[in-house]
Amino acid sequence: MLAQFGFGVFVLTFLTALFSVGAAVVGYFDKSDRWVESARRAMLLTFPLITLAVLTLAYLLVTGHYELQYVYSVTSNDMPFYLKITALWGGQAGSLVLWSWLMSAFTSAVTLRKWERDRELLPWVIVVTSITLAFFLSLSIFYENPFARWWQTLGGNFVASMFAPIGAVLATPPDGQGLNPLLRHPGMILHPPILYLGFVAFIIPFAFAIAALVTGRSDDRWIRITRRWTLVAWLFLSLGLVLGMRWAYDVLGWGGYWSWDPVEIAALMPWLTGTAFLHSVMIQEKRGMFKQWNMLLIILTYALVIFGTFLTRSGVLSSVHAFAQSAIGPMFFAFIGITFVTSVALLIYRWKDLHAEVEMNSLFSREALFLLNNLLFMGVLIVCFWGVVFPLISEVVTGQKVTVGPPFYQRANAPLFGALMALMGIAPLSAWGRSTFKTLGRALWKPSIPSAIVPIVLIILGVHNWIALVGFTLVAFVIFVTLFEFWRGARSRQKRQNENILVALWRLAGHNRRRYGGYLIHLSMVVMAIGILGIEVYQTTTQKTLAVGEDIQIAGYTIRYDSLAQFPYTDGRIVTRAVVSVFRDGKFLGELHPRYDYYPSGQPVTIAGVRSTLADDLYVVLINWENISAAQAPFKVYHNPLVNWLWIGSLMFIFGFLVAAWPDRGEEKREGKI
Amino acid sequence: MKTKIIFLLPFCFVLFAASLIPSVAVSAQAPTPSDDEVNAIARQLYCPVCENTPLDVCPTTACHQWRELIRQMLAEGKSEAEIKQYFVDYYGARVLSEPPRTGIYWLVYIVPPLAFLAGVYLLFRAFQTWKRFPKEPVTEPDHPSSPGSESEPAKGSGIAADDEYVARLEEELKKRE
Amino acid sequence: MSQEPNTAPAPKRGVPLGVQILVWIGLLGLLGLLAAGLLKAKNPILSVGSQVPDFKLPLFSGFEYNGASEVKLSDLSGKVVVVNFWASWCQPCASEAADVEAAWGSYKVTGHVVFLGVDYVDTEPEAREYMTKFNLSYPNGPDMGTRISEIFNRNLGVPETYVIDQQGVLRYTQIGPFQSAAEIQAIIDPLLTGR
Repeated sequence: MLAQFGFGVFVLTFLTALFSVGAAVVGYFDKSDRWVESARRAMLLTFPLITLAVLTLAYLLVTGHYELQYVYSVTSNDMPFYLKITALWGGQAGSLVLWSWLMSAFTSAVTLRKWERDRELLPWVIVVTSITLAFFLSLSIFYENPFARWWQTLGGNFVASMFAPIGAVLATPPDGQGLNPLLRHPGMILHPPILYLGFVAFIIPFAFAIAALVTGRSDDRWIRITRRWTLVAWLFLSLGLVLGMRWAYDVLGWGGYWSWDPVEIAALMPWLTGTAFLHSVMIQEKRGMFKQWNMLLIILTYALVIFGTFLTRSGVLSSVHAFAQSAIGPMFFAFIGITFVTSVALLIYRWKDLHAEVEMNSLFSREALFLLNNLLFMGVLIVCFWGVVFPLISEVVTGQKVTVGPPFYQRANAPLFGALMALMGIAPLSAWGRSTFKTLGRALWKPSIPSAIVPIVLIILGVHNWIALVGFTLVAFVIFVTLFEFWRGARSRQKRQNENILVALWRLAGHNRRRYGGYLIHLSMVVMAIGILGIEVYQTTTQKTLAVGEDIQIAGYTIRYDSLAQFPYTDGRIVTRAVVSVFRDGKFLGELHPRYDYYPSGQPVTIAGVRSTLADDLYVVLINWENISAAQAPFKVYHNPLVNWLWIGSLMFIFGFLVAAWPDRGEEKREGKI
Repeated sequence: MKTKIIFLLPFCFVLFAASLIPSVAVSAQAPTPSDDEVNAIARQLYCPVCENTPLDVCPTTACHQWRELIRQMLAEGKSEAEIKQYFVDYYGARVLSEPPRTGIYWLVYIVPPLAFLAGVYLLFRAFQTWKRFPKEPVTEPDHPSSPGSESEPAKGSGIAADDEYVARLEEELKKRE
Repeated sequence: MSQEPNTAPAPKRGVPLGVQILVWIGLLGLLGLLAAGLLKAKNPILSVGSQVPDFKLPLFSGFEYNGASEVKLSDLSGKVVVVNFWASWCQPCASEAADVEAAWGSYKVTGHVVFLGVDYVDTEPEAREYMTKFNLSYPNGPDMGTRISEIFNRNLGVPETYVIDQQGVLRYTQIGPFQSAAEIQAIIDPLLTGR
């Protein structure tokens, strides 16, 4: 009963979205405000409708209606309430519903703004967003239906379908399979919704860009309107990536946070062009340049979002992350084809109208540095895209499978990221318009001096790895430049307004939120770089089977195997838990409890025992695939220097984002209240 | 003289015998390669059957067998390159963490730098065009063109004024369209 | 930076034709690639009724075919060929191994059927243990570079068995273990009688 209701609401939402598209197109060509308004209302209507469907599904999940195939596959009786809610996105069908719901939320929110100044853009924004919403809904309705139920046919087979096959009877299993244990970690609970938020939010600037292209607008109005949306999308995408990293680090037991797996890269690619876009639009707003770049970048970002989703869900790629093989491939492919071809055609058609208002006349100007910024991000994108697509090419062309793994990406991307870090330090000190090597040099010499001391100090401290030396020097450089900028601005404010330096700092950031928020985000990025450099360059690992009382040494630490216990847990899993003691220089530092949990479904989850400090992580794993007994157990230990700065930096950029994105009253009045 | 030589002979013999002992001892009890030595190679290889899982962390029985195979090959004195080649021969190129530099696989390594350079070239060409046909830059009360100066007075109002100016400019441009 | 005050406006160029062509070729190429990838993902297994491409199987010593240390599929035309993929680390393979050997036993003498055991991504010592344990007497060899498995199934699992007729056409595909020797015979006999 409820399943049919949920499905019916879905279909209704789908039809409403389709109507919205049609009405918007009619409204545009007939120049009829009434039709456009109707389209707008239809789009608004999709949100309450789809919310109703989502609530229905959530209710069915929580109450354990196992006759629904989806509920059966992701929940079970022994799961706690909160996990049953998160099971909504624990499988393909449910996560597609979540995607549609978030999309509807964003597009409705954008429809609610005041449109008086931008009436001509509205129809096309509606068309783009509604077509996309309709597409994702169609995937749920025709291919991955979360409301499909189990039926037992006359032949005794079990089949899943929305409507009863002839002669079949509804089948209700007594219990479900339960959520994949790997997904029961807080990082995995938050990672999909936040990542989807990031992906989905990028449709807003994309829709406005397409609207601008279709209506032949070459000004930057669409950028100003969507400025905050872009920032929000970027924040969630960044957070989503970081959460994924944290989950991988905590739960996969490899002592690492990123393995250059194709699905990881599929989520990274839109982030690359999204970040470039975020920076590049500033140039269009300030100087009327880079219009072609910005169109290209937002189209690429959105295209990569769709492409990445396709790769993850269609079964084309092989990956530990990918969803299981699904029938949505062909439909998705058609959508990609239409989206890519239309966007490219529109862009080529309007290319010459997007000519810059001002030309660049110096390779040392700020515009030139932003151009370099775009180029470097595109460089990383090309490396990642090619690395992801090449195994597919190899297999289609030669029939041989091949792996493109971390060495390829690290070698190619490290210098590019290094150059980007250098830019983070140089660009804030650059000037618009005419600029020479000398003028730029004059701006840079002050922060360069302390930065030049850093490598000397590091070498004295024993750091000889050249990657670490260059990396940490660049980090220091960016920190010095950024702090210098803050100090300079606050000091001049202090002198002119006669304010106390702290108030000056506060007001400075308050009046230039984007600039100083951006600087804070840059700072947080290099703090993350500290963590990345530490673990990538200096990680060490060792493995040994230990008898009780025996120990293993790494990086000055001694880890002694004390005992092992095995016991069942409330939700049916068997926990094997080791106790080890950690010493350094003979001093006892604490106990760690690496364990692995063996779930009833047969899936084991390894949980490392970790000792975290600002300086390093000591990460101890009980290797559950070798022979374990109370007498002897195999351990693998990772020493990850500086890795916690990665997480600290990511918290910092939330703060930087808040500064950058906080509504500024004066600005809002001018922009006509976004 | 003769006695000296006769004295020397046994001494040489002892030396000779002594020089044999180390090699005999080694082959009698070669230390089993440690887990770390095995992992050093295993982490550069990928499991032939699992998806994208490095061999040093792969939990399956098959991977356990492969790690033991590496251990045995190390004990036999095989080098890292020989072991990797063995794996490629037996299990295909996909066990390597990046494609071998042969045949069509060269494309993996060549295309990205070429594409990047092509991009740089295109932009450089565009820049040359601009230099030949410069436009008058829109004057803006923005940052002073000499960045080293301390003259960033009331930065807040500077940016605000700039935004307002450009916003007004845009309104006028739009009205004219 | 000195510039001649050139009053001619910068030419408003659209995208040059050459670049346009490149872009479209690139885009269509990408779409074509994705389509091919999708097709392969949907149909990873060689379809029944298709001609099986020739392959060469090197054989473990002691498991030769008529004294030869390797066998080519084309050498076996005119006979029914049963290709059985297995591995020593595979539990279901062990469950069917005795049945496969028994079925081989019933055809060995006739000379009209050849069983080929293909050891899939395995290690030789463990493979030999497996073959000794189940007393396998038909030709067995390692699938070097997984080239043979890629012919039959892009996502090969073990055990899988493929039955090829006398003309080299694939007639039957078994994914997973057989339950009995009789099951195997029920598949091969019709091919021998020419159905």
